[in-house]
Amino acid sequence: MKHLALLAALTLPTAGLAQTDPADWDAVTAAAKGQTVYWNAWGGSTTTNDFIAWVGDRVAEDYGVTLEHVKLTDTADAVTRVIAEKQAGENDDGAIDMIWINGANFAAMKEADLLFGPFAEQLPNWQFVDVDGKTVQTDFTVPVEGYEAPWAMAQVVFIHDTADLAAPLGDMNAILEWAQANPGRFTYPQPPDFLGTTFLKQALVDLIDDTSVLADPATDDNYDDVTAPLWAYLDALKPALWREGRVYPATGPAQLQLIADDEVDLAISFSPGEATAAIANNQLPDTVRTFVLDGGTIGNASFVAVPYNSGSTEGAMVVANFLMSPEAQVRAQNPEILGYGTVLNMDALSVDDRAAFDALELGIATLSPAELGTVQAEPHPSWMTRIAQDWATRYGVSE
Amino acid sequence: MKRSFLPFVPTLTLAVMIGPVIAGLYGTILPAFGHMPAIGVVGPHLDTFRALGDWPGLPRAITLSLTTGIGATLIALIIVALLTAGWSGTRPFRALERALSPLLSVPHAAAAFGLAFLIAPSGWVSRLTSPWLTGWDRPPDLLIVQDQMGLTMMAGLIVKEVPFLLLMTLSALGQTDATRARAVAQALGYSRTTGWLKTVFPRVYAQIRLPVYVVLAYAMSVVDVAIILGPNTPPPLSVQIVTWMSEPDLALRLQAAAAALLQLALVIAALIGWRIGETVVAALGKRWIAAGGRGRADVAISALLLGFGTVSALAVLLGLAVLGVWSIAGFWGFPDALPDSFTLKNWMRHGMNATDALAETALIACTVTLAAIILTIGCLEAEYRHGLTVSQRSIWLLYLPLLIPQTAFLPGLQIMLLSIGADIGRTPVMLAHLVFVLPYVFLSLADPFRAWDARTGTVAAALGASPDRVLWQVRLPMLLRPILTAAAVGLAVSVGQYLPTLLIGGGRVSTLTTEAVALASGGDRRAIGVYGLMQTGAALVPFALALLLPAFIWRNRQGLRHG
Repeated sequence: MKHLALLAALTLPTAGLAQTDPADWDAVTAAAKGQTVYWNAWGGSTTTNDFIAWVGDRVAEDYGVTLEHVKLTDTADAVTRVIAEKQAGENDDGAIDMIWINGANFAAMKEADLLFGPFAEQLPNWQFVDVDGKTVQTDFTVPVEGYEAPWAMAQVVFIHDTADLAAPLGDMNAILEWAQANPGRFTYPQPPDFLGTTFLKQALVDLIDDTSVLADPATDDNYDDVTAPLWAYLDALKPALWREGRVYPATGPAQLQLIADDEVDLAISFSPGEATAAIANNQLPDTVRTFVLDGGTIGNASFVAVPYNSGSTEGAMVVANFLMSPEAQVRAQNPEILGYGTVLNMDALSVDDRAAFDALELGIATLSPAELGTVQAEPHPSWMTRIAQDWATRYGVSE
Repeated sequence: MKRSFLPFVPTLTLAVMIGPVIAGLYGTILPAFGHMPAIGVVGPHLDTFRALGDWPGLPRAITLSLTTGIGATLIALIIVALLTAGWSGTRPFRALERALSPLLSVPHAAAAFGLAFLIAPSGWVSRLTSPWLTGWDRPPDLLIVQDQMGLTMMAGLIVKEVPFLLLMTLSALGQTDATRARAVAQALGYSRTTGWLKTVFPRVYAQIRLPVYVVLAYAMSVVDVAIILGPNTPPPLSVQIVTWMSEPDLALRLQAAAAALLQLALVIAALIGWRIGETVVAALGKRWIAAGGRGRADVAISALLLGFGTVSALAVLLGLAVLGVWSIAGFWGFPDALPDSFTLKNWMRHGMNATDALAETALIACTVTLAAIILTIGCLEAEYRHGLTVSQRSIWLLYLPLLIPQTAFLPGLQIMLLSIGADIGRTPVMLAHLVFVLPYVFLSLADPFRAWDARTGTVAAALGASPDRVLWQVRLPMLLRPILTAAAVGLAVSVGQYLPTLLIGGGRVSTLTTEAVALASGGDRRAIGVYGLMQTGAALVPFALALLLPAFIWRNRQGLRHG
């Protein structure tokens, strides 16, 4: 079946050439029928992969759209691919129809005119999105302007194994002190991994007094001064890290395996429900809990964007719209399935849909929205780009 | 039709095998010198090499590529040579040989995962011995897997290259008159190992020289094993090339091309260095032989080597076993020797996806192997009928795709395929696989094909059979077993391909190997267990069939059963 659809897609290369107006939803769904959407999404988490497979089943059922999950180890791979296709003059039917994206990758693609759109705010389910309460119209301070559609909210939490680390740690310095008292029991994913850079950002935001400077692009004048506390912190932390910082886990989920193996006791996560889901999947011991820092933690939205040269823009819009549906959002929020925060505004939902959200059990290791506390804004992507490069020079090629 | 086409098959085969390599190298050289008009960079200039030189990780990445590659090759060769010297012809050797030969087809990635799950501080070995022996109630903070010097990565390569070199050595032994040489040496009072090393090894080495070079080139530029077992601060050069290839910043793409050329230069330099080393060893060896020592420490060395051989086989077998345990594990904390519970949930979660990947893997592997078998038989038959013999010199051409590092030409090939507008996806991936499958199929089939007794053909022809009929009804049926073995080799090679599938498939082609390596970054051992086992099965089952089918098909033809 899948191969037939693929064959059809290959033999009809012109099918997706005329891009339909996103506002004309009937035309979009009509054109989407029979299209194959290659969704390039990070494939390192099995729970996310399962969710994407479920989305594929549902859009096939309702809209006749075939969804193929292209599992990436790094979202930048997809960006490269689109760039390479543009160089090669492949402007009509590129390999990628949709990308799970945010932050620097989005900024780079939008800047280089590599995205289809604007489309997000014309989708029918946009009416349910919480435009005021959640950061869905800016992405790391970059205006979204309809070039990507939000589908999940994320906020930094720290996962700790209460068998070894009983009480939450209040700020970054408390983490440093604990790590120094318990050498080898903490690590973070290796930047430029998404979660690794998130740890660096979280540290920066927590360590400096005035975070307002981070909302604007980093300049040669202020970069060194602003980031100095971060490097001092990391220099102090490194010898106390797992394996003394001579090797880092490749990704966030790799940290979970380390906790399960009792190699470390503390890990950063960008998904408040991840720990509960991992306990349910036998990936973490049930002694694991989560905490946030006293001053709050960074939060942002995950989006999907469509490359300018997708041959299946309509199919991609159908998937993007489905991801914002109450049905998909409830499932994503379910801690036993994914545990991602919803992007929807509860007040905009029907009574039944709201009841479905209310009925969700948060799970033993998930904090309630109130406990999650203050959400700190993401710094402008330029900070992260420079910090990730400097990190690689300082620690990525050590010894 | 066929008769007129046959003489062109050898040329076609060479084109299919060498064409992509040359195209890929060409596609690498231009960007390396800063020339990529498509993105508005016009060269040639040396800025990209300057930028590469400025990367602070470069010295270590180069060192790692050299030390792990040369170290793994040297150690594997020494183990194989001493093991064969001390034990060939004995019962333990035959047992080890039987244990090692199926390991040849275990994909590198699966073997690497198994090794990692075994020897990590929280791995199976540590779990089985804790806390009663080690006193650890939590894993020690030791850098074993992904260690800075690449020792674990070397070990991962060694356990996979020992079976390869051993089988190459065994097939070479037949042509070296080893039994008599050893008998004479022993009659002159040489002990077993020393006698073999002095009289047989020089002849064997001349036969296995090219396979050794292949191992060296492969070990220096491997990507999947390096991702799983190698260090990452910084990684070996080949991994860094792949990383740069996937960065959004285009300058890094040029830098990757420059690094690819550097990788090629490193491999060439290492091969030249190895060649010089051969001369030095040969000179020293002559003196050693002339000195006439009969060998006194032999027994201890032989015992030690049998130990190494056994550990090497066990590492892979136990590694596969622990993959199996993880694939059905419930929660499994440290230091429990076994999981709290067993569950099929992992297989059900990943089974669907893995089955899709298996279908893709099988489709690619079968098509590519079939093409390789047809081309190989076409070449060999053309050689037989038209006397188009492959000269000794051109055997090098056969090895060329295996000697040029994949990281040196695949990136360029990807850029080139895109710029000529070729559709990425399954077909180009198949063509890329064919580059690596063809040499192995050819090498595996050539000797049995040539060794076929031509008098059988003469008899058939005398009975009125046309050359085609001789081929189809006499020669190929008689060669069923070697053909099936060659097919199994081809399938195993295709199943194990990582980089060609990843780069040429543009992410659209998901085989068991690409899925498994992608999972490595997530560290989910249950998922890795499922994929690793399926990947191993995909490579091993054809070997089992190659053994069983002839016995079944020729159940009433006693003389053909063993081909």
